[in-house]
Amino acid sequence: MIINGIAIDDTFAEAFPMKATRVIITALNQEWAYHAARAMSGFATSVIACGCEAGIERELLPGETPDGRPGLSVLFFAMGGKGLTKQVQTRAGQCVLTSPTSALFAGIEAGKPIPLGENMRFYGDGFQISKKINGKRYWRIPVMDREFLAQEATYMVDAVGGGNFLILAESQSQALAACEAAVAAMKKIPNVIMPFPGGVVRSGSKVGSKYKALNASTNDAFCPTLKGVTNSQLSPEVESVMEIVIDGLTKEDIDRAMRAGIQAVCDLGVGNGIRRISAGNYGGKLGPYHFHLREIMA
Amino acid sequence: MSALTLTLKQPPQRRVDLSALSFIPHLTVAEIAALKLWEGKRRWRVDELFDIEPGDTSKLVLRNSSAKLDYLGKDADGLDIVVDGDAGAYLGMGFSSGTLLVTGNVDIFAGCEMRSGLLQIEGNAGDFLGSALPGDKRGMRGGIILVKGDVGDRCGDEMRRGIVLIEGNAGNYCASRMIAGTIAVMGTTGNYPGYGLRRGTLLLWQKPRQIPPTYGDCGTHTLSYLPLWFASLKTLDSRFAEASNTFDRVHRFGGDLGSVGRGEILIRV
Repeated sequence: MIINGIAIDDTFAEAFPMKATRVIITALNQEWAYHAARAMSGFATSVIACGCEAGIERELLPGETPDGRPGLSVLFFAMGGKGLTKQVQTRAGQCVLTSPTSALFAGIEAGKPIPLGENMRFYGDGFQISKKINGKRYWRIPVMDREFLAQEATYMVDAVGGGNFLILAESQSQALAACEAAVAAMKKIPNVIMPFPGGVVRSGSKVGSKYKALNASTNDAFCPTLKGVTNSQLSPEVESVMEIVIDGLTKEDIDRAMRAGIQAVCDLGVGNGIRRISAGNYGGKLGPYHFHLREIMA
Repeated sequence: MSALTLTLKQPPQRRVDLSALSFIPHLTVAEIAALKLWEGKRRWRVDELFDIEPGDTSKLVLRNSSAKLDYLGKDADGLDIVVDGDAGAYLGMGFSSGTLLVTGNVDIFAGCEMRSGLLQIEGNAGDFLGSALPGDKRGMRGGIILVKGDVGDRCGDEMRRGIVLIEGNAGNYCASRMIAGTIAVMGTTGNYPGYGLRRGTLLLWQKPRQIPPTYGDCGTHTLSYLPLWFASLKTLDSRFAEASNTFDRVHRFGGDLGSVGRGEILIRV
């Protein structure tokens, strides 16, 4: 398959089951909502070492938030419910409770609960106040800037993590420009995040390592500087490869995001130095969800 | 299907206990007609006191109602009731789910120990609205009570949870010994508002004549939970649903420090 001169490899991306949740952060204005959301979703690029993968899903207008203030929805993904609960609670307590003017609400209302205000209320040292509004419990926790309002809990659902595709380009700058175009298009798709910095990862991994302590290592088949010394999958003209990883609430969400991203790259065309689109295929070792590039772009 | 309609044939001489009508969703019209209602020490069949117009038994309309009809909707579950006229004491006592609308006035202990649902009173309500029965430790524990007129004394006494909305004035000791929940009063309040309040919120549109000395002045604040709370009332047929009556800036008084002291009186500024 060739789109606009760019070859689409006959391969598939492998993804795996995860647990996910969404929270809504509001604040006095969008800037302060961003401060809280960025802090809460910081250091959450990969479950390999971060404990969870997280990212800002989208901006919310005042009419879309529970308290009528500007806000952001943030998605969190982890390998299990216990880990997700720990990560969300820790990050909520340290990053949102502490952020001026913030409030925290559930972004998913069904499933297994992840305590938010239910546990953060104890910070109120007995001065906290509970309010049950429309069947949902909220906690008013007195803090130095006024009151921190937090919903009792958010809820976790089954999700999919690790959807991905690789952009193979003639230069590093062209690969990055293509990734930026792809991420911009994918950010318009709901229920997905691209957890790496700017949505892009330049150090794509393969499963396993020659070192026993590591369960992932550099994807040498796609490292351009190793073309002559390893079983490379790169042709001579490819000088840079970057990857976009996608976590989504469902497989269909990732399908839509991958299609939007790959299409945005293909729109740039081979004239902008983009040669191929490939994917992180680990021979079925990584996970049960397979995203076939050619089926997605058919 | 229209509602089952009961029309009172003539005003009773003494008070009548209508709590048996709460079971009508599970009964046939013949069974409803044979239900026994106590008037003092006399017992009447329903069809001796009311003309019965058959209909959907999950909905009850009571016409020609009287202030001597007590215990209407007591412990009712899944029953929508419309009372055309006044109702007596203990209206909606222990009401579990559904709606109870009264077009006139109601007597004491309306909505006492109510659990859930909506109790809407177009006129005035007597003392002990949404409160606990004497000797009981917990009053209203869920749902919404909306009164478009005035209410008597001791509104929300020992109230545990839920919302009481009063468009008119409230009497003395409003929210006395309240455990939790919210009472909102658009009109004036009598003496000793929030007396013995443990937790919960007394939300006032008008400043009371006197804030009890056992309350601490916490200053004026914008509370972010209030827009959320007002938004939950938008579906009500009430002045509380009007945008012009919503606010988020209040003067907060914490108390009652003579009790647990974790409650608050919030006054619109």
